[in-house]
Amino acid sequence: MNTRQPTGGPVLDARLRLTRGDFSLDVGLEVAPGEVLALLGPNGAGKSSALRALAGLLPLGGGHVRIDGRDRTTTPVEHRPVGMVFQDYLLFRHMSALDNVAFGPRCQGVPKAAARRRAAELLETMELGACARLRPDRLSGGQAQRVALARALAVRPRLLLLDEPMAALDAGTRVDVRVRLGRLLEGFAGAGVLVTHDPLDAMVLADRLAVVESGRVVQQGTPAEVARRPRTAYVARLVGLNLFRGSAEGTTVTVGGPKGAQPVLVRVHEPCTGEVLVAFPPRAVALYSERPHGSPRNMWRLTVEGVERFGDQVRVRLSGPAPLAADISPAALADLGLARGTAVWAGVKAAEVECYPV
Amino acid sequence: MTGESAPPARRGLRARRGRPPWILLLPALVGIAFLALPLAGLLLRAPWTTMGARLTEPEVLSALWLSLSTATAATALSLLLGVPLAWLLARTGFPGRRLLRALVTVPLVIPPVVGGVALLLSLGRNGLIGRHLDAWFGLTLPFTTAAVVIAQVFVAMPFLVVSVEGALRGADRRYEEAAATLGADRTTVFARITLPAVLPGIGAGAALCWARALGEFGATITFAGNFPGTTQTMPLAVYMALQRDPEAAVVLSLILLLVSLAVLVGLRGRWA
Repeated sequence: MNTRQPTGGPVLDARLRLTRGDFSLDVGLEVAPGEVLALLGPNGAGKSSALRALAGLLPLGGGHVRIDGRDRTTTPVEHRPVGMVFQDYLLFRHMSALDNVAFGPRCQGVPKAAARRRAAELLETMELGACARLRPDRLSGGQAQRVALARALAVRPRLLLLDEPMAALDAGTRVDVRVRLGRLLEGFAGAGVLVTHDPLDAMVLADRLAVVESGRVVQQGTPAEVARRPRTAYVARLVGLNLFRGSAEGTTVTVGGPKGAQPVLVRVHEPCTGEVLVAFPPRAVALYSERPHGSPRNMWRLTVEGVERFGDQVRVRLSGPAPLAADISPAALADLGLARGTAVWAGVKAAEVECYPV
Repeated sequence: MTGESAPPARRGLRARRGRPPWILLLPALVGIAFLALPLAGLLLRAPWTTMGARLTEPEVLSALWLSLSTATAATALSLLLGVPLAWLLARTGFPGRRLLRALVTVPLVIPPVVGGVALLLSLGRNGLIGRHLDAWFGLTLPFTTAAVVIAQVFVAMPFLVVSVEGALRGADRRYEEAAATLGADRTTVFARITLPAVLPGIGAGAALCWARALGEFGATITFAGNFPGTTQTMPLAVYMALQRDPEAAVVLSLILLLVSLAVLVGLRGRWA
């Protein structure tokens, strides 16, 4: 695990094992003080189960949960130093925003006046002072999210859990809310664990990503590392890269294409050896109807599988010995006269191909 | 409805769904008639001219007061015992819970008279528990106003329990989880999160319970007897009146009908 180890060790050190029916979860997590770890993965991968297990809402089959070095594996939910922001925020509808935030401190035995004072201060720092008296149904999505965050922080947790905090927001407010949430998370001194299926949320809000697939962590690293060097087809799709696995010798990687097909050769810029992954972005792929002459590129003969809009570009899905996606301009699409079944030449410069060991 | 003369304002442009089918409409109309005609009969046969005088008869007033106070006391007692019982059934898992739930619903299905006999056998002067109550505390329950309340609780509390348990099962438990992550123990979660969430269910259950207690007859007459002033509630008074003065029975019935309707309509507005 490539965790940076600050003095005093991680806030969260957990190994979560549980099984439910056919599904089994087995992940190890470590989060340093002030760090936010994002669990990124498809629906049903076990991210939320992991989060609920950390909170104590789901019993573990095995493993441990240590917070600040103290074993909390069997500590009841209400006694864990944990704050949680739920997917739909779950603000108590019969209480004002202020009382929602004061609820936690009250449960911890803080006198009513002091609890409300703490809640008011927290709401103030989140620019929600004007909303303190409002019931949750009068709050906007972004406001409700911050009240939920304030409520979770009011118990002064060491571990902050966020379950899909952006999922309940409409697209129009997401950008703004994401930036605000990121700023607030930066100020949190404990460990943060964020669950999301949106790579953008993970990249913006987290210091480190752990990609979870089918109950296992398949890749960990900083957002930049994960985005540049995906390790699985799922991650590659998330970050929008073409990914192949092969064996390298010098600057040539032999990729075993689909079964029975001729192996495909990928030329890379820097020499490497052994089992490797090669990745390149769809915008690095150029398409030609005739094979161009004397170009030092990777060049493959492929068939158009489908065409779809992608921002101001067009994404062309290609099948053949090296199935990949290419982004071209609508003008180029018209020039090439591409349609499903058209055969084209796809070229990628060796310098655009990232090559890294498996 | 395409002409400009058609009033479009209220009808809007909603797609037409056609008439309700006869096969459903006809039985429904018969059902309405079946429920409404006896009530109409009651209204038509009422001795309206002497109504004022009859209403203020001391026997009528004492029976009415006894009915209202015992039904209210029985509802209060049912709330006190029934809400925690519903919580136990809905929120905890223990061996025999299914059996317990079946047991709770037994008073719903057995004839109230049988319930009265059962109460007599357990709480009567020679009953299983009643014997000790008598010997140790000098307490005799049967044929007292307390017995009226006990009979009503026995018959009516299951309505409350079933209704509240349903509300508890329908309530979103994630709010309780959220409260737990904020440090709330189970008592706090129940008092501050669960209870407010199921309040409408409790209200509906209490209304049902109260109405059932108000109409209680069989268990009351068996366990508490029929003494004017102490155990003769309105339903008992109606039955007695029917034997000697049918007109009085009609008056008493009307009062009972109006009181229960008034309370239920008032509660529906708030809770249903």
